[in-house]
This record gives sequence, C-alpha cells and structure tokens, in this order.
Amino acid sequence: MNKIALIARREFLTRVQKRTFLITTILLPLLFFGFYALMIYFSVSNDEKYNIAVADQANIFKEKIEGDENVTFHFVKNETQQTLKQEIVNGKYDGYAFLPDTTNILNQVNISIVTKKSVGLMSRGKIEDKLNAALQQQRLLEFNISKAQLDSAKKEGNIQFSTIEGKNDTGQEAGISYAIGYVSGFLIYIVLFIYGAMVMRGVMEEKVSRIAEVIVSSVKPFQLMMGKIFGIGAVGLVQFIIWIILMVSLNFLLPVIFPNLAAQMHSANAQNQTMQAAETIKNTGLISNASGINIPLIIGCFIFYFLGGYLLYSSLFACVGSAVNEDPQDAQSLMLPITMPIIFGIVIMTKAVNEPTSGLAVFGSLFPLFSPIVMMARISHGIGNDAVPLWQLLLSMAFLILGFILTTWFAAKVYRTGILMYGKKPTWKEMWKWAFRRA
Amino acid sequence: MKILELHHLKKYFATQKAVDDISFDIEQGSIFGLLGPNGAGKTTLLRMITGIFFPDEGEVILDGKKFNPLTDIIKIGYMPEERGLYKKMKIGDQALYLAQLKGLSKNEAVQRIKFWFEKLEMQSWWNKKVEDLSKGMSQKLQFVITVLHEPKLIILDEPFSGLDPVNANLIKDEIYGLAQRGSTIIFSTHRMEQVEEICNHIVLVNLGKKILDGSVQQIKNDFKENIFNIQLSAVPSSAESVAFKIIEQKAGKLIVKINEGFKSNDVLKYFIDQQINIEGFNEILPSLNDIFISLVENTKATTRSFQKVEA
Repeated sequence: MNKIALIARREFLTRVQKRTFLITTILLPLLFFGFYALMIYFSVSNDEKYNIAVADQANIFKEKIEGDENVTFHFVKNETQQTLKQEIVNGKYDGYAFLPDTTNILNQVNISIVTKKSVGLMSRGKIEDKLNAALQQQRLLEFNISKAQLDSAKKEGNIQFSTIEGKNDTGQEAGISYAIGYVSGFLIYIVLFIYGAMVMRGVMEEKVSRIAEVIVSSVKPFQLMMGKIFGIGAVGLVQFIIWIILMVSLNFLLPVIFPNLAAQMHSANAQNQTMQAAETIKNTGLISNASGINIPLIIGCFIFYFLGGYLLYSSLFACVGSAVNEDPQDAQSLMLPITMPIIFGIVIMTKAVNEPTSGLAVFGSLFPLFSPIVMMARISHGIGNDAVPLWQLLLSMAFLILGFILTTWFAAKVYRTGILMYGKKPTWKEMWKWAFRRA
Repeated sequence: MKILELHHLKKYFATQKAVDDISFDIEQGSIFGLLGPNGAGKTTLLRMITGIFFPDEGEVILDGKKFNPLTDIIKIGYMPEERGLYKKMKIGDQALYLAQLKGLSKNEAVQRIKFWFEKLEMQSWWNKKVEDLSKGMSQKLQFVITVLHEPKLIILDEPFSGLDPVNANLIKDEIYGLAQRGSTIIFSTHRMEQVEEICNHIVLVNLGKKILDGSVQQIKNDFKENIFNIQLSAVPSSAESVAFKIIEQKAGKLIVKINEGFKSNDVLKYFIDQQINIEGFNEILPSLNDIFISLVENTKATTRSFQKVEA
C-alpha cells in the first residue's frame, strides 16, 4: 500500500508541477470566459446609428414612434420620395419610411423603408420592432382599448404540473434538472476521455523509456498501475476543483469588471426572442426553483460516478497503454473497444435526460460501462418512484464498484504481461489470453 | 554458504519453452556469469529470480528460504537489459524515488545517493534531467540505482553495453568491491572476454536448458585440447614425432597438439634430444568464446526458434 502511495505521489507531483498543468488549469477557463465575454460583447454592442425620416402621409403614427440610441425617427411633412432620396444623398437622413396617404390603419399597413446602404440584422430588427410597437399602440387607441386591458387579456393561465405523489413538477424545475443532468453527464464523459488518455500516455511513456522493468523489479505491476491511476485521478480532481472555483468566481467577477456588459446583456435579452426563455427562468426565480433540486445528492453522486467511472475506464486505458509500443496509431485501434461504450453512454444519456424512467435509461444507469454518464442524467431529477428509485441508485453503485473490480483485475493481468513485451502490437484476443494465464 | 538455489525451474510460453528445467546454486560473495546466446532464456530466468515472473514449476531459494517477492525484493538489485529512466525527471529525485520504491526511508536514501554520487563523481548531476545525460552517463546512474540499497544479490544484465573503457573499468572495480563486501553478483552477458576476466563461476544456457556449469578454470580444463606453445632458440625445418603434431609454425615458435597417450614431457624430451634450446613452454587453453561458439553451434540454434510447444 505504501508503495502505491509513493507512486501516486510521484505521478501527481510530476504532473502538477509541470508548466503545462498551470497553463491548462488556469488559463483555459480564463480564455474560455474571455472568449465568451467577447462574443457577447460583440453580438450586443451595436454602433450603427440610423436617423430615419418618416413620411407618414396618412398620419397613422400621429407623430409618435419611440426611438433609442441607435434608431431615431424624425417625422417629415410635405416631402416627396424624390426629395427624401435627395436628402439621404445629402446625408441629412440615413433612410426614410414612406406611408402613402391611402393607408388605413385597420387594414394591412405597408411601410416601405429606403436606406442609403443595406441595414444590419440587429438594426433591421430594432426598426421593425419600433414601428410595429407604435402601430399596435395606435390600433389599440382606434379600438378604444387601454394598455391595461390588453395586458390583462394577454395574461397567461397559471398551469401547474405535479406527479401523483403530490410532488411539485413545474416546468422550470424539469428544465433545470434537464440542464444539470445533461451538463454533469457530459462532464463525466469528458473526464473519462481526458484522464483515461492521460493514464494511457503515462503507461506508454514508461514502456517507451524502458523504465517499466526497472520499477517492476521493485514493486508489483499491480501497484505500479494502481499508483498511476490514483495519482492521475488526484490530478483530475484538483484540476476540476480549481476549474469550478475559477468559474464561480469569474461568474461573480465579470459583472464587476464589465458593468456595462450585464446591462447590455439584459437589454439584448429583452429584445431577443430566443433569449426570452432564459429570461423567464431568471425572473421567476432560479433560486427558488433550484431549492427543489437536491444539490447535495447531485454533488455526492457526481463525485461517486466521477471516481467510479474514472477508475473503471482508466484501468482499461492503462491496459491498452501497456500493450502498445512507440506507435500512437497502434493505441488508436486498440482504444476503439473502450471509447465505443463511452460514446454509447453519451447517446443513452441524451435519451435518459428527457425520459428518466424509460427502460433504456434504467438499463443504461445500471450497466457499469454506461452508468457513470447515464445515472447523472437521471439522478438530477431526484430520488423517488417518479425518477430514480433508491434501490436502482444503490444497485447501480454496487454494479459500478463490481465493474471497477473486474476491469482492474483484467487490466492488471494484461498490464503485467504487456509492460514487459516489446515488439509487435498484440490483438485484443491475445490480451484476453494474457488475462487468463498464470504469470 | 549458498545465497541462491534454483531447483528445476520451468517457464513455458505459448510458443516456446523459455526455461526448461534449470537448476544451479550460487555461492555467497561470488561473481557469477550467466551466459547464453540471444533468446536462450536468460532474461526469463532472471525475471523469475527477481520475482517479476512466477515459475511454472520449481522453486527459487534465496538466502536459505523460499523466495517471497513481496519481502525479499529489498535483498535484490536488478539492472535489466531493457533499462531506462524517466526522461523529464531530475536525476536526484529519480534516484530518491527508485530507492524509496525499494523500501529505503527518505533520509537513508538521500545519504546513500550522496555517498555513491560522490564516489563516482556525479554530484553535479543532481538537478539535471536524464534527457541531458549521454548513454554512458545514464548507464552509470542505472548502476548506482541498482546497488544503492546494498542488496545481497545484484543482478546485472549486460552492464557494460554503451560504456567507454574508462567508465567500464570504474564499474568493474565497483563490482569487485561489492563482491568483497559480501554481495553476490549475477552477471548476464554474451560478451565472453568480460566473463573470463570477472567471473568465478559460470552457467551457460541455450534453448532454455543448462548446458554448462562450473568455474571458469575448470571449464577451460574440461575443454582443453592439449595444445601447447613452445618458444625455441631455433625452429627446426622439420620436426617429426609420434608424441605431437605441429599445428602452426612461426619464427622461433611452434604450436603443437600433443597426441593421445603422451605427456608434455615427451614433447620437451624430443626437443632436448635434438639439442634445441627451449625458451618457453605453456599450454594454450581454449577461450570461453571458443567454447561458447562450439557448444552453441552444435545445437544449431543461435536464435530463438519458434516451434510450437504445448504449454
């Protein structure tokens, strides 16, 4: 045991002390956030300014259209389209909106807008919105309906979903469960790949540098393998914790650093149809709804399935690493049987997150090769007969532990033979034989 | 006292009998040569002695007790033929890590590393990385790492490959020193001149079987062909005798083979009778190299054969 700890310590320290570790751990989230912030900034900021002349010959708008910092409307009278065009060329206006005097407000209203140059998408939307809002206002007046009456007519019914057990099952909660399940399942998927490959490369390095036999004369191959797996697992855990801390603090810091950004995002949200869904969740209270979700359960499960899945797969990755030689292409083809179930897991997960109680989801969350990914998608809906019954969770955990013991046993046997083998790359069939051979 | 006894060791792989019923003993404090052509089963044998492989049959007795890989690893220092180090790790840290894996405490390991680094003039290496070392330098480091924990049994597989003569001599002296202090050294190689120089006792294996076992002197005697070198004041134009046959004739020198049933004195008597002054007379023993080649060629298998063997 002591030797496993020694090996794990070295594996951990050599990786953490590397410059690349610092770079990927700290710079990556910063870059990610910087990129994200820039993207939002550019999509929101709008430098285009339009001063639009409105030739409202039917007097539909009653000279009332609200503008903003980007778009201003200017009512003109006694101008023909010819003269307006001339004024655009002279630079007095950027464009004009023309309503012929035959326009009836209750019928189809045709407004033709002529501009000097083609209008950007954002500005186009803004101009349309402003004109339509003004149009609506005028029509309401025509019908003798007040704004308050309209608002109360538009008010939505309060529709509540609940399950037969009396549990509140609001759409927002389902949405948040969906998001949490999806994100955590996806995170585990990424973890399996990143750190599994790291274990594999570590084993290959030992083989290529010919140090394996030197070490194996001091420790059992099993100890070497487990030390490596634990050490790299610890690296992964530390990296994840740093990332989480960075993400959370950046989330708080961003609005402080760019106060304008938040305001701009807000105004963008108000206008952008696609963002309205997010806005609703925000306004109706993310916090109050999140309290319906069992956060300690999800975090606990995440850590369990993170570690369980990592241990299960990393030993298999170690066994591939031990089998191949210098050529990374050999590793690629041997890795296929390992990467397949991971990818299959993510496919089941996308189904399970929608229907957490379907047969496929239940199977996926029990079968140890898929359960780390799939169970995360189900468990975010909570424990209970309507989501994950307790027995299923416990069974899944037991299966995962059992699966981990099995793969480790298998991998240790292959690893022991493979690490001392040089020459041609073995097939899975040969590796299977190694596992059942006495050494 | 015997430090290591092998009793009927067997290890069969799917395609060949790597080690097929090999037994021998090694005396404490001796320098033992394990010889054999490539693919003879040397490495498999050594891996069983170091506990990397379990024998299919037979047992390994270390220091009077049955070998237990878990507890006896500290008694053995093994420098495999396929050896390397972590390229990116600092040399001092690396030596410390490997010593700790053997079971030394940190303080003890640091002290011993310092002692050996000083002895072999490697102090300045501590903070360098292995990738900065030449092949010979890393070989030296390998040797230090192997003997650092003062094992009773030191196993060196081709220890001089890649070393220049100066460093090879340095390592050779250390090997003698370790043997004098009571360590036993197993020395696996196919370089015969080194074996002849260093080893007390040798075993030759081929195709997984032991084909020769004895002290270097005794083996040479067993394989001698009664060939003598005679230094003469004047070489006669023709020398005919029933006692011997001339193999080679040089200026002032004859190489003769004594015929069956005759002794060296019969040869001397012949030249004395001829009134020729004998200035020198000595027996030419076969070199280990010759013995090795003749034995291995007899078996017609200098490389691993791939015939199917039921495991």
